[in-house]
Amino acid sequence: MAHPSQLGFQDAASPVMEELLHFHDHALMIVFLISTLVLYIIVAMVTTKLTNKFILDSQEIEIIWTLLPAIILILIALPSLRILYLMDEINDPHLTIKAMGHQWYWSYEYTDYEDLGFDSYMIPTQDLTPGQFRLLETDHRMVIPVESPIRVLVSAEDVLHSWAVPSLGVKMDAVPGRLNQTAFITSRPGVFYGQCSEICGANHSFMPIVVEAVPLEHFENWSFIMLQDA
Amino acid sequence: MARPEEKIKTYRTAPFDARFPNTNQTRNCYQNYLDFHRCNKALSSKGQDVAPCQWYQRVYKSLCPMGWVAKWDEQIENGNFPGKI
Repeated sequence: MAHPSQLGFQDAASPVMEELLHFHDHALMIVFLISTLVLYIIVAMVTTKLTNKFILDSQEIEIIWTLLPAIILILIALPSLRILYLMDEINDPHLTIKAMGHQWYWSYEYTDYEDLGFDSYMIPTQDLTPGQFRLLETDHRMVIPVESPIRVLVSAEDVLHSWAVPSLGVKMDAVPGRLNQTAFITSRPGVFYGQCSEICGANHSFMPIVVEAVPLEHFENWSFIMLQDA
Repeated sequence: MARPEEKIKTYRTAPFDARFPNTNQTRNCYQNYLDFHRCNKALSSKGQDVAPCQWYQRVYKSLCPMGWVAKWDEQIENGNFPGKI
């Protein structure tokens, strides 16, 4: 989850997010290097008394400052495209969950075997117990088995919403009448938070998403209990 | 190629369908719903066992939101389902 005064991404909880994180580090480093170089050149230009009014052309430097940016762009493009295609790989999910956006809560449906469906409302701030996170906790979490490929089909029952969990590297718009597919694998057990990412009315900021990744037996116990309670 | 009964017994969730490779899976859900009802209609009109149609049912149950299925079932019952079955 997010931390106060956080600058970077949340810790990655899926392989795709790890890739995105490392690529971002790589691209940002290039950005820092170029910015430092440009700043140095500006300062050098501004603080020198030397002048030369007779330069006409300079083939060598022109070649360098054309080739070097081209090479840098290729060094950025290659990892970027690699990740793009990696995210597009055909996956073979073990479980399908539907996340339906409503004003202003999410509902999750697990219908591969039985018809399990439940709503997930934000816990109001006055009802939080010590240690819980303000505006992020929900009464029911979307529980999934850890290290299993999960397919999430995102849709909405009223207006546009968006289902996002940053630590899993997932964001998918929820469009009424449309079923948008996204998939992920959690690398480790844990609780992962997200928030609705498409403006949807008064309580848009108060319909968070909580994904809880647990070992398979715990998931089976949980779904059994949820079915009884429904 | 596994026999239909085996495929259904080891069913986990709807597998990848190459007809619907992209993000928008709306048609995947709808097509399997249609195919289930068409399969039922075709096989029962010939007096054959409708067990093979169960595959389509498992797939549409996995993919389609429960609200959509309930609405379509009601439309079929009332005779005003817009799709061709």
